[in-house]
Amino acid sequence: MNIFLNFLVAAIFAGTPLLFGTLGEIMNEKAGHLNLGVEGMMAMGACAGFMGGFLSNNLIIALLASFVAGLFGALIYAVLTITYKADQNVTGLTLTIFGTGISNFIGEFMLTNLETNSLKLPELITTQISNINIPGLSSIPIIGPLLFQYNPFVYLGIIIAILCSFYLNHTKTGLNVRAIGENPGAADAAGIKVNKLKYINVLIGGGICGIGGAYCSMIINGGVWMSNSVNGMGWISVALVIFASWSPMKAIFGSYIFGAFNILKYYIPKTLFTLPNAFYDMLPFIITALVLVITSIRKSKENSQPASCGVNYFREDR
Amino acid sequence: MNNINKKAKEPFIRTVKNSERSKMDILKLRIIAFGLSLIAGGLFILLIGYDPFHVYATIISGAFRSKMAIQATIKIMIPLLMSSLGVTLAFKMKFWNIGAEGQIIMGAIFSSYFALFHSDWPHVLLLLAMFIAGFVGGSLWGLIPAYFKSKYNTNETLFTLMLNYIALHVISFLRDGPWQDPGSSGFPKIARFDINAQLDKVFGVQFGWIIGLILVAIVFIYIKYTKQGYEISVVGESKATARYAGMNVRKVILRTMIISGGICGVTGVIQSAGSDMTLASSVAGGVGFTAIAIAWLSNLNPFGILLVSFLFSVLEKGSSVMQSTYGLSTYSASVLQGIILFFILGCEFFIRYKFVFRHKGGTQA
Repeated sequence: MNIFLNFLVAAIFAGTPLLFGTLGEIMNEKAGHLNLGVEGMMAMGACAGFMGGFLSNNLIIALLASFVAGLFGALIYAVLTITYKADQNVTGLTLTIFGTGISNFIGEFMLTNLETNSLKLPELITTQISNINIPGLSSIPIIGPLLFQYNPFVYLGIIIAILCSFYLNHTKTGLNVRAIGENPGAADAAGIKVNKLKYINVLIGGGICGIGGAYCSMIINGGVWMSNSVNGMGWISVALVIFASWSPMKAIFGSYIFGAFNILKYYIPKTLFTLPNAFYDMLPFIITALVLVITSIRKSKENSQPASCGVNYFREDR
Repeated sequence: MNNINKKAKEPFIRTVKNSERSKMDILKLRIIAFGLSLIAGGLFILLIGYDPFHVYATIISGAFRSKMAIQATIKIMIPLLMSSLGVTLAFKMKFWNIGAEGQIIMGAIFSSYFALFHSDWPHVLLLLAMFIAGFVGGSLWGLIPAYFKSKYNTNETLFTLMLNYIALHVISFLRDGPWQDPGSSGFPKIARFDINAQLDKVFGVQFGWIIGLILVAIVFIYIKYTKQGYEISVVGESKATARYAGMNVRKVILRTMIISGGICGVTGVIQSAGSDMTLASSVAGGVGFTAIAIAWLSNLNPFGILLVSFLFSVLEKGSSVMQSTYGLSTYSASVLQGIILFFILGCEFFIRYKFVFRHKGGTQA
C-alpha cells in the first residue's frame, strides 16, 4: 500500500512539467496553431527561471522570468506564423532548435563566467520550492501525502489547468478562440478579431510552457543547473495533447498518467515480472500513437484536433 | 459582434498575394534576410561581450583552417545533406515527415545487425547488406505513418514524431540487453564495429559524401524529370486533382514514404558505420530535425540543400572552434541557425505577399 502511495505521488511529480507543456500547447492548438516549439519554449523558460532565481533570490521573479521567456519564444513564433504567415511546422521546429540552443548556451556561459564550478539555486528558493507541509492537513493518513504535500508547482499547474478550462469553455473569448481554431474564415466573418485572439492564446500558451521549463531546471535536478534539463518533455507534451483530446482538465490526468509511465520502471516489483526499462520509456509514445490512430479511424469529431490547426489564416484567401 | 455595424474602413496597409516576383527579386530578398540574420546574430554576440567580426571570422576559419578541419566539416555535412534530401521528397507531397530522426535510427539499427553479427562476411557484400538493411529499416519506419495517413488520414506530423521516440528507445533496449557489448563489463554500450564493417575513406572522409553528392543529382532528376516525381508534386498540390487525373494517390503516398524513409535510413547507416563506428543512441542526434529546416530553407531544391547543409555544417564546425578559443558553448551554432531560420521564415512573407497602401480616392485593386 505504501509503495503504491509513493508511486502515485512520484507520478504526480513526474507529470507536472508535462502538464504545463500540454496546457501551453492546448492553448496554441485551440487557436489553430500547431506549435512544435514547446520543447524550445520550455527550455527558454528553464534557463530564465533558473537564472532569474539564481540572480534575484526571489521565487516570484524566477517564475515571472520563466513565464516571460516562454512568452518571448512564443512571440517569435506568433509574429512569424500569424503576421508573416510562415510555415507552422518549420517555425515550431526552429523555435525548438533556437530555444534549446540559447538555453544551454546561456547556462554554459554563466558557468564559465562564474568562479564556482556549478550553478546552484539560493537556499531560500530551494526551501520555497520544496514540498509544502500544510500543518494538520498533510498529516492525515493517505489523503495527506496524496493531496497536501507537494511543491507549489504542482498546485500551480492544477490551478492553471482549471483556469484554461474555464477560459476555453465558459467565456465568450474562449468560445471565439475555439471558433477560430475550427474555422477562422467564419470567425472573422462573425466579427471576431482573429489575429488578436491568436496572438493572445499563443503568447499565454508560451508563457505556461516556460513555467513548465522552470520546473525542469529548478526541481528535477535538485536546484543545480544542468544542460538539457527539459530533455524531450516538450515533445511528450505535444503528444499528450492528443492523449488529453484537447481538454485542459483531461490534461491533468493525462500528464499524471504519463508521469506514472515515466517512473513505472522503478516501482514494478522485479520479482513479479521483468521487462526491459526501455519498454516503459517507450510506452507513453506507443500509447499516444495508438490514440492517434484510433481517433482517426473512428473519425470522432469530439476528440480530434481543431480543424484549422496547422493552417495559417490569410484573410484575402477567403 | 457589433463590429459589423461599424462603417467599414479600408485599412491603411493591407497585404495581398503576389505571385509575380522574379527569381532575381526572390534571391535578393533572401540575401537581405540572410544579411539581417547575421546582423542580429552579431548583436547577440555583442551582447554577451564579444566582437562579432572576430567571432564570425573564427567560425569560418575554424571550418576551413586545415585539411583536418575541412574533413570534419564534410563529416558533419553528410547526414544533414542526406536526410534533408530524404524529407524533401515527403515535403514535396505535403506529407509532414517530422520522423527523419526515427528513420535514421531505424536504418542504423537494421544495418548494425549485420555490422555486429556478420562482420566476417566479405567487405563489399557486408556493406551492401548493411545499406540494404538500412534502407529497409528507414522505409519501414516511414511506411507505418504513410499507411495510416493514406487509409485513415491519421495526422502524420504527430505520428512520425511519436515514432522518433519509439525508435530511440529501441536503441536503448538493444544497448541495455541483447546487443550489449560483452567486453564492456556491464557498462551499457554497444560494441565498436569491426573494421570490416566500417565505411572506407575516400580523401580522408568516409565515402558517405560521394553517396550524398550522387543522391543530390538523383533526387533532382527524380523530382524534375520522372513520372513518379511529377505524381508527387500533383498529390502535394491537390489530392483531388491527382485522383481526377487517374493517379493512385494511396500508392504515391506509400511509395514516396518508402523512398523518403529509406534515404533517411541510409543516412543512419552512413552515420553509424562511417562516423560513430558503433550504434549510439545519439546516431540521429537532432539531425532529423535540422534536416527539415534545411529542406525548407532550400525551397526543396536539391542543389539548394547542398548549399544550405554545407553552410550549417560550417556553423557547427566553426562553433566547436569557438568553444576552444573563446570558451563559448557549441550551442552557439544552434542559436545562430535559429536566428538565420527565423529571418528567412519572415522574409518568405515578403516574397509571397505585397503591401498595398490605402489610396485617397478609395479602393484600388
